[in-house]
Amino acid sequence: MITIICNGESRQLDQQVSVEQLMISLGLNPERVVAELNGRILNRSEYAVTMLANGAILELIRFVGGG
Amino acid sequence: MLRRAAEQWGHPVIYVNEQPTPGAEGLRVAEVAARLKPGADIVVVNGFPAPPDQVLVAGDHCWLMRRGEVPSAAIMDHLLHARHTPGVHEAVRRATVGIMGLGGLGSAVAVALARMGIGGLLLADYDVVEPSNLNRQHYFIDQLGLPKTVALAANLARINPYVAVDLIEARLTEADIPPRFAGMDVLVECFDDPVMKAAALRATLRELPQVGYVGASGMAGYGDNNAIRTQRIRPRVYIVGDNESEARPGQGLMAPRVGIAAHHQANQVIRLLLGVDEEA
Repeated sequence: MITIICNGESRQLDQQVSVEQLMISLGLNPERVVAELNGRILNRSEYAVTMLANGAILELIRFVGGG
Repeated sequence: MLRRAAEQWGHPVIYVNEQPTPGAEGLRVAEVAARLKPGADIVVVNGFPAPPDQVLVAGDHCWLMRRGEVPSAAIMDHLLHARHTPGVHEAVRRATVGIMGLGGLGSAVAVALARMGIGGLLLADYDVVEPSNLNRQHYFIDQLGLPKTVALAANLARINPYVAVDLIEARLTEADIPPRFAGMDVLVECFDDPVMKAAALRATLRELPQVGYVGASGMAGYGDNNAIRTQRIRPRVYIVGDNESEARPGQGLMAPRVGIAAHHQANQVIRLLLGVDEEA
């Protein structure tokens, strides 16, 4: 069991997942999300290859269209 | 130099169109106008319109203009200085702001900042003015088909011709945002496309730590006015909107609510330029 903090809330993961897999499981489109992992802003290319370790602190900022 | 000398000698000084004007003290503005600029029918004293019988006193700054005449840069500067208070105007006029996307948000932010007397604007868009834009964007029917950059620059020049406007007529990418906007005091994200909204914030957080940032997310439809909020997500980084109201069929983008969000953004730009960066 892996425990992470996502947007300030504790979350349990059954297995290790990537940042991108977590976004998809939360119903988010990764193209529309900015991710900060342990204080570092991730490049878009890192979402699929960055695995969430136990204790990770993740901030996700999601955008909707219109302007 | 002349002004300072006159003050040191103790003479009461009145400035008419910024020239020290001996003998104007105690005269009514109508008399000064008749003497120095016959036909002047707009008189501004200390930044505010003055009635013809107002008596000038030492230290007054009096501007004489003819109706319809384009005011000089000095007069515009003086008017904004008086209207906005000195500290605000100084900070605004030496600032340069980048605006990415010139739709309902970007065109309104640009108009607000031009009216404020912003020093410079760097305006980016790749698109042309279309009929569907006119429900909320600051363009005119005779500008259909023009690049938005060109059309908006023309409209801003009709509001305040003394703003230095630079244009980027291109579709921005995540990679070229940092080099193009590195010199800005504040960068305003006004894209329609949520993929570019995310890309712009990511690029700024990663590569432009010195630039203030005001993005937007969620302002379609006619939902609650007060659901539009300005959130501080990092020092000098803000997102405006309700975070939910996506543009989609049945929930279109319309002038009032997009305008609310745009003016949140414009006011946040002013706050950042004045050094205000508070947690909500």
